[in-house]
Order: sequence, then structure tokens, then C-alpha cells
Amino acid sequence: MKTRRGLALYALGAYAFLHVPLLILAVFSFNSSRFAVWQGFSLQWYRAVADDSNLIESSVNSLIIAITATAVATVLGTLAAYGLWKRASSWLSGSLYLSLVTPEIVTGVSLLALFQWIFRFLHLRLGMHTVILAHVGFSLAYVVVVVLARLRNFDRSLEEAALDLGATEFETFWRVTLPYLGPAIAAAAMLAFTVSIDDYVITSLVAGVDSQTLPMVIYAMARRGVNPALNAVSTLIVFGLGVLVLLSERLRRA
Amino acid sequence: MASETVLELRQVSKAFATHRAVVDVSLEIPRGAFFSLLGPSGCGKTTILRMIAGFETPTSGEVWLNGDCINGLPPYQRNVNTVFQGYALFPHLTVQGNVEFGLRHKKGSDDINRVNDVLKQVRLEGKSSRRPSELSGGERQRVALARAIVLQPDVLLLDEPLSALDPQLRKQVRGELRDLQRRLSVTFLFVTHDQEEALSMSDQIAVMNAGLLEQVGTPREIYAQPRSRFVADFLGAMNWIDGIGVRPEAVSITSQGRKASVTDVSYLGSFCRVEMKLEGGEIIAALAPPGTSYTAGQAVCFTWNREDEIHL
Amino acid sequence: MKLRNAFLAPTAILMAVTMLAPLAIILVYSFLTRGAYGGVEAPSTIENYTRLWDPVYATIIIRSLWIAAAATALCLILGFPLALFIARSGARKNLYLGLVILPFWTSFLIRTYAWMFILRDTGIVNSVLQSLGVIREPLPLLYNSGAVILGLVYGFLPFMVLPLYATLERLDPSLLEAAADLGARPWDTLVRVILPLCAPGIRAGAILTFVPCLGTYLTSDLLGGSKTVLIGNLVQNQFTASRDWPFGAALSLALMAIAIGLLFSVRRRGEELL
Repeated sequence: MKTRRGLALYALGAYAFLHVPLLILAVFSFNSSRFAVWQGFSLQWYRAVADDSNLIESSVNSLIIAITATAVATVLGTLAAYGLWKRASSWLSGSLYLSLVTPEIVTGVSLLALFQWIFRFLHLRLGMHTVILAHVGFSLAYVVVVVLARLRNFDRSLEEAALDLGATEFETFWRVTLPYLGPAIAAAAMLAFTVSIDDYVITSLVAGVDSQTLPMVIYAMARRGVNPALNAVSTLIVFGLGVLVLLSERLRRA
Repeated sequence: MASETVLELRQVSKAFATHRAVVDVSLEIPRGAFFSLLGPSGCGKTTILRMIAGFETPTSGEVWLNGDCINGLPPYQRNVNTVFQGYALFPHLTVQGNVEFGLRHKKGSDDINRVNDVLKQVRLEGKSSRRPSELSGGERQRVALARAIVLQPDVLLLDEPLSALDPQLRKQVRGELRDLQRRLSVTFLFVTHDQEEALSMSDQIAVMNAGLLEQVGTPREIYAQPRSRFVADFLGAMNWIDGIGVRPEAVSITSQGRKASVTDVSYLGSFCRVEMKLEGGEIIAALAPPGTSYTAGQAVCFTWNREDEIHL
Repeated sequence: MKLRNAFLAPTAILMAVTMLAPLAIILVYSFLTRGAYGGVEAPSTIENYTRLWDPVYATIIIRSLWIAAAATALCLILGFPLALFIARSGARKNLYLGLVILPFWTSFLIRTYAWMFILRDTGIVNSVLQSLGVIREPLPLLYNSGAVILGLVYGFLPFMVLPLYATLERLDPSLLEAAADLGARPWDTLVRVILPLCAPGIRAGAILTFVPCLGTYLTSDLLGGSKTVLIGNLVQNQFTASRDWPFGAALSLALMAIAIGLLFSVRRRGEELL
């Protein structure tokens, strides 16, 4: 049918639009010149990345923050989703929803205001811990949405069967419901990880001077103008995250 | 409570926000019996089952099991087990895993043997490492049974366990369930809306309608001596002629008797069902041999025996 | 219910601390006066809110609204055929869906930087056009509203495609057959049957796209330059360079009020996420 051919052609264009920019970045990360004219293959920009201690250190920071925040948010969010599925709580659902729709900049500045106010009473400063707390805060809603969606398809009679056979409420959750939620929890963790590792706006406001994250360094580099080393970093990140996504898809299907 | 009564409901009622599901029901279920709760959908039979299992709390009244009032107990502390309508098998566990599930709290050195025994009883030995998704409907039902039986409950609750099976299988499983119950001598409380099922399997039947208990008795009592119009109409077909009830199988078409004209003849394989219109305009049915054929409008006579009359 | 409350408690506490308390503080700040060295001082005032009507700031708010609206509209127009394609692609649905979601999983910052690289004066577009002789001087493709809208569409297209796809996928094919049977041509069917039935998906997608676009910071910062200041940039400015926290707070709450107002106006029962 003509419409089918037209639709497919259009889709091709749309996919090109989505993927080509990143391909361009990748291609030019191997360019020996810093201009957008191909002048020969070179790995110099990747070497520059490897030599940049600032980049390495901020990457490590980002990983530590992302892994910690993901772990905490996934566990707490899963429990919360289960609790909400058992019996709704409009104010908790409301605040999670609020968390999703509040623009990042507002979340960032309000957290900054909170921390500054708290630091009047406690002798603390902005640092990794404030970033992690912020990240857990905004990741929770994502986890709850994903896990709750899967719970909505769960057959309640399975829980009743478990109770009937002698398992307590917690045992039922642990032995029957949690195994069912496995894929959703994995998906939620991946979502939380990605959201955390990529965050710039909120992190930049609550990080303080000592803890630089990778997005903060990337942003500073981008602000100063185009730098092919940034292409190299970008390509590495995209590649790394892509591998992660494929791996988790494999795990999910297994 | 007589020692032969294992489960007793004392004036149990359950009211939901929108309607009253169970109204003042009292029942005594004898130990070792195959007891059925029979009624149309919405009559409250499943609600009663759930109150016994512990998933609903009675609005008023008490549930007594083995001489103890179990009203306040959560499901996992009651010695009753349920075979759910959809079987509710755990998809992430094998047959073995499903059957073993409840044994975690009933420690016994003969656990493995118990599981194997039960699997043999339901003819599933050899399939213990399969997952529910790999089993047929009938096999899944047997796993659900095994899972509950292995815990040796005081009463086994069955919520319309045959409704998901196709008709041929259903007849076969009926017999198997009955045999199983006799062999194990476990008390079965069986909920169904299918009166043929209830009649063929039960020692006693309790008929329910709109939350009320209509009648309790053996299958023969309920069928031959119904105490209300509802019970009479619900169990098999019933003709009402001048206020007297006569079953179609008790009506014979003869050369002499009351007059009627045939409106329809349905061929049902082993017999025919003949519908007739009386002088007053009422329609009644009679059963006739399979070779019968009448034309519409044909005049016939019919009669019945005095003993077969049901007076209410 | 004890278990359920125990499960909810940690998240409830975290939400109170990271969401509700900060917003309460911001609310209070918005009625205070700026401190000499940043922070806030006692005299309470509503000046921060009255300042919002100043033409300078009103322009910024209006600019943010129309850019967000343009980006959302483009996402809808561009995303709908794509969602339709995926929904009709049969066995390969998951693959095509994955290809849409994949860019989303990579860094938003990097994807914005990609357009900087492409659109700048010495970027790909200009280099190619110049070498082809189409233009002599590089086109100023970067650092304007158009670049921002492009960046936003690029960033949020998946957010629009996913809800659209979800609704289209559930569409009963027999409805389309019925329409054809009754004489509707493909375009008619699209307008009179498919689009109305997709309304929930369109609403969800529009909200998921419009609200973040309205509060965007990164895209306007990197692709818009100093000429395209949006609400997000203005707020960030108040809390850093300008040190006018109370005004920044008022601005933030105004932004939130707009977002929440829109959400409520589009809400329908049964379409909740949470």
C-alpha cells in the first residue's frame, strides 16, 4: 500500500534524525583536525581524554553517586510501589507526581535553599552526600512509576494463595511478589542509573566546589566552545551506556 | 458442637458498601463430608468461602473450626486451604516448588515423601520439575489440589474448580475428585453454580440465593423435596401446573389425560424434550423417547403420578 | 497494614525532605527580601511577585511559553507518523521501539552538544553548504530560538512517541476495517477514527513534552546563547550570579504554577501514572 511505503520512508528519516547527530559526533572524534572537515584518522582526542585527570576523577564521582543513589532509590521505590499498590495514599502519590512534574531547575534551587538553611544548624557543606540525597529524591518517582505499572498486572489471587498456604504478609511479598517484579525492578534501576549519571542542572546546584561530576565537566568544556576531546568523551559514554542497555535487555529476556 | 462437625458458621453475615452479600447464614459441616455450596452467581457462596479462608471478615456472626472460633485469625494461621478458581499457581516455581510452598511452616522430616505421595495421589508424579505454563488446564488444577492437600487441612475449600475445564474433562474430573476425597477422607467444601455437579458429587448440599440459605440436605432430599420455589426451579427443570410442581421426567404423554398442544420438540440425543401449551396458555415440558416426533400444534394428552408431585 | 506502612515510611520521609520541605522554604523565601551578600532577609514583601509583570520578565515568560509550545507541536507532528509506523510494524515492533528509546538512554547533555557541533559556524552543515558553493558566509544556525526548538524536539521526541505508540498499539484493527467498510478513505479514517481515539495518548505526550520544555535550562543555555534567555536560565541566574534568591523563588513558583495548572486542565480520570 502506498501509505505503508510512505510511512516507512518517513520513519527512516525520523530514525536518521535521531541517530545521525550522535554518529557525526563519533565520526569526528576520530578526526585529526578540530574542524568539521575530515583530515585523517587519529586517536589523539581519545589520548587527551585518558590524560585528563579531571575527567577521570569526575567520572569516578559520577559512578559512585549513580550506583549509590540507584541502589537506595530502587529498594525504597520498590517497597513504596508495593505499599501504594496495597492501599493508595493520595498524598504520597501526589508528592511523587509533583516530583516528576517539577522542572529540574526548581528542584535544584529549592534543594539548594533547603541545604543552605539546614547548614545553619549543622556544620556541613555541600558535597557528594548532598548530591546523592538529591539524586535519590528525584529518582524515587521514576522507580515507583515503573514498578507500580508492573504491579497493576499482577494477579492478586497469587498473594492470597500464599497467605492461604501459611506465608505471612512479608513472606508473601518476598517469595511470590518480588520474583514477579524482577524485570520491572531491573528496568527501574536502569532508569534511575541513567537519570542520575546524566544529571547536570540539579547536581551543579547542590554539588559544591569539591565534588565535580562528569556532566559538570562536560558542560564546562561545551561552554568554552567545541572541543573534539568532548566528541571522544561523548562517544565513549554513548558506547558505554549502549552496551549497558543491551546487556540489561539480555538479562531481562533470560 | 457435635464432634462430627468440623466447621460451623453461626449466623454469619457480610455486608459490603453496595450490597449485603451474605445474610444470617448458619451451617454445620460434618467431618469427612463432600459438602457443596450451590447457587447462582452473586448468591454469596464465594463470599462465605472467603470468610472461612480468612480473606473477608464477617460483619456479624462467627466461624468455628474444630471447636475454636477463628474469626480474628489471618489466613496463614487457619488450618484450612483453598483451591482457587484460577488455580493461582506460582509461575516462577515448578510443580514441586508450588506443592512444597506451604510446607516451610509445617516442618517434618518426611517432607519429601509427603510431596511425592501427594503428587502420586493426583497422578502428577514425573511432572514435578515442570512449570505451570507447561501444563494443561487439568494438570494445573491437580497441582492446585496437591498444593493444598499436602498441608492436611481440616477443611479443603474449592472455589468452582471445574469451571475452567471443558465439558468432557469436567465429567471425568468430577469422578476423580470424588474418589480423591473418599480416599483422603478430607472434608471438602465445594462451591459451584452447576447443579449437576453438586448433585453428582456431594454428600450434602446447601442451596443459596441472594445471600440467604434456602435449604440444606442430601442431593435426593433437595431434588425430590425442595422446600421453596427457588430450590425447586434451580435444581433441574420444573413444571408448575395449577400451583403443583411436576418434573418433566415425571410427565408422560399418553392417550388419555389433560389436553395440550405441542409447541416444540428438541432432539437431545438420548431423549427428546417436548414443549406443550396447556388450555390456560402455560407452557410445560415433558421428556419423551428419542424417536418421538410431533408436529407443531398437534394435540396430545399427558399425565403424571401422584407421588411425583411437589407441593409448597 | 503494618507492613504496608513500614514499606511506605522511608519514601514518605524522603519525599518530605527532598520535595515538600524545599518547596515550602522556597515559598517562604519568595515573600522575603534579598540579603546584602545573597540569601534572604527579614522584611516580607510581595514585590517579587509584582516584579513578574515587568515587561522584561513578562517577555521571557512569554518567549518560554511559545518555544515550549512550538517544540511540543513539532514533536507531535513529527512523532505521530513515527508512532503509527512502529505500531503497524508487526513482529519488529520491539526493535523499532528500541531504536527510538536508545537515544533517550544516552546523555541529554551530549545530545545537546551534538547539535552545537553540527550547527556552529564551522560545523558540518555550514562546511558542507560552503564546500558545495551554496553559501559564501556561514549561516548563524546556532544561538537563537530556532536552535533551541530544534534541540528540544531532538531531546523530547521519544517522550512524545512512547505514549502515542502505547495508545495506537491498543487500537482495535476492526475499527479501522469498519471505517473502510463504511466508505472512509485512509485520510478520513485517520482524522475521524484514529486521532480521536488517540486523544489520551496525545494528551499524555503533550504534557510529558511541554512541561519539561517550559522549564528547560540546558538546551537554551547551550544552543540559545545570551539572546535566548528562558525562565529556567533566569531562575538559575538569580540563585548564582545575581544573588536574588527571593525573586528566583517567586519565579520558580510561577513556573510551577503554570505547569501544574496545565496538568490539571488536561487530566482525565483513569489516565493516572501513579
